[in-house]
Amino acid sequence: MDVIWEFFRWLYDTQGINLTIFYDDLDRARFLKGIWTTIHLSIVAIVISLMIGVAGAWLQMSKMIWLRNIVQGYIQFFRNTPPLIQLYFFYFAVDATLSSVLGIKGGVLDGYGWAVVSLSFFAGAFNVEIFRAGVEAVPQSTVEAAEALGYNRLQVYRYVTLPLAFRVCLPALNNNLINLLKTTTVAYAIAVPETIYVANQIWSDEYNVLEMMNVVWVIYISLVGFLVWLMHKWEKSLKVPGFGQ
Amino acid sequence: MNLPAWTADQPLISIKDVHKSFGDLEVLKGISLDVMKGEVICIIGPSGSGKSTLIRCINALIDIQAGSITVEGQQVHDANLDKLELRQKVGMVFQQYNLFPHKTALENIMMAPVVVLKENQQEVETRARKLIKKVRLEGKEDSYPGELSGGQQQRVAIARSLAMRPDVMLFDEVTAALDPETVKEVLVTIKELAADGMTCILVTHEMGFAREIADHIYFTDRGVIVEHGPPATFFDDAKDPRTKEFLGQIL
Repeated sequence: MDVIWEFFRWLYDTQGINLTIFYDDLDRARFLKGIWTTIHLSIVAIVISLMIGVAGAWLQMSKMIWLRNIVQGYIQFFRNTPPLIQLYFFYFAVDATLSSVLGIKGGVLDGYGWAVVSLSFFAGAFNVEIFRAGVEAVPQSTVEAAEALGYNRLQVYRYVTLPLAFRVCLPALNNNLINLLKTTTVAYAIAVPETIYVANQIWSDEYNVLEMMNVVWVIYISLVGFLVWLMHKWEKSLKVPGFGQ
Repeated sequence: MNLPAWTADQPLISIKDVHKSFGDLEVLKGISLDVMKGEVICIIGPSGSGKSTLIRCINALIDIQAGSITVEGQQVHDANLDKLELRQKVGMVFQQYNLFPHKTALENIMMAPVVVLKENQQEVETRARKLIKKVRLEGKEDSYPGELSGGQQQRVAIARSLAMRPDVMLFDEVTAALDPETVKEVLVTIKELAADGMTCILVTHEMGFAREIADHIYFTDRGVIVEHGPPATFFDDAKDPRTKEFLGQIL
């Protein structure tokens, strides 16, 4: 640690490049916490948005038209409005309304909680459409074969349609999840201490905007790079001979 | 229900005056036929004569508009029908095999008994390995459908159906998509099944095979059964001009 400390002090003293996060304990701690918040927020929102996608694509195959309309309405609402406004809507409007209806003082969820909800709904709307496209690409004859073997609708979806749909729609899913990770930055607007929020705190205290901006670039490129690498590994592990190639 | 219990001296499958339309197009115009346990029947006829539609009605993949179909005394087109029970009794093999491409041959065979019938995984695996042997695909257990030839895929599909221990098997033009060389291996498998006493309904264009294997042949054209009879009389002594014309073109 001392070598690093020495190096970054030297860098500041001789070159004027002030990376406090490497030699100042307070800055390092809050910045790491910020990155962790971004990662945590991304993972939780990705998982919930995937669940919304899987469930929504299932409901869209329902015979009940009102159910399909509800899902369609949800998709249109969250796809056609800006994520920042969605976040404000949940954090200010929904929270206040729920608090007064349920009689809870101090809000139903904190900023982090509403960021999770808002981002999950946002990405989930796209995931429904992505999965639906995948489901439609599964041949009807394959579904028929499963039905002839006695699978009920849910079993067909779980064991046949969805696994095949996943393989078809992974590239599109990839894009959406990357987008979701990047969109976690809107949480800044409601003071969730994620990467860009703490970076802002640090550069306000230390007057090192240029340095921190560069650090932030590197952080997001690394995070997205890791997600892409993970998705490609997943895609590879799902590959089966003679399907989707 | 109050129906008298089905016994083996009654038809296993009884089709009575079945009508089916797709929109304005009437595909089945009053089809009736009975199949006894252990019988092998072949349905032949020109394309679009309703053969595939008919056998899809037997396991309720398709609804009918009028008439009735019973399998072991159970009404197939009944709102209270237990579809799982019916489909466990009635196995089906398709023209395009329709295997699950993301599962190996062995998994394809094991999936339905494990997922649908909730049977014990180990027991099912033992049975599946026996079935692989029966259809002569030892060594292909871990191959994916994409790595198998059409004939091999079709034999996996037959084994997949047999894993549910059906009482009757429906074959829908199962050799129509195959190379001529691989047709035989599939036909041999079906012949062995029939020899074991499996009740079979085949829609086929393989006249030689139909003649050899069938107890009874039905010729359908434009949604009706034009003529039927045991293979010897049917092929050598057809009465109806439409049958004669069809056989003349094909033999």
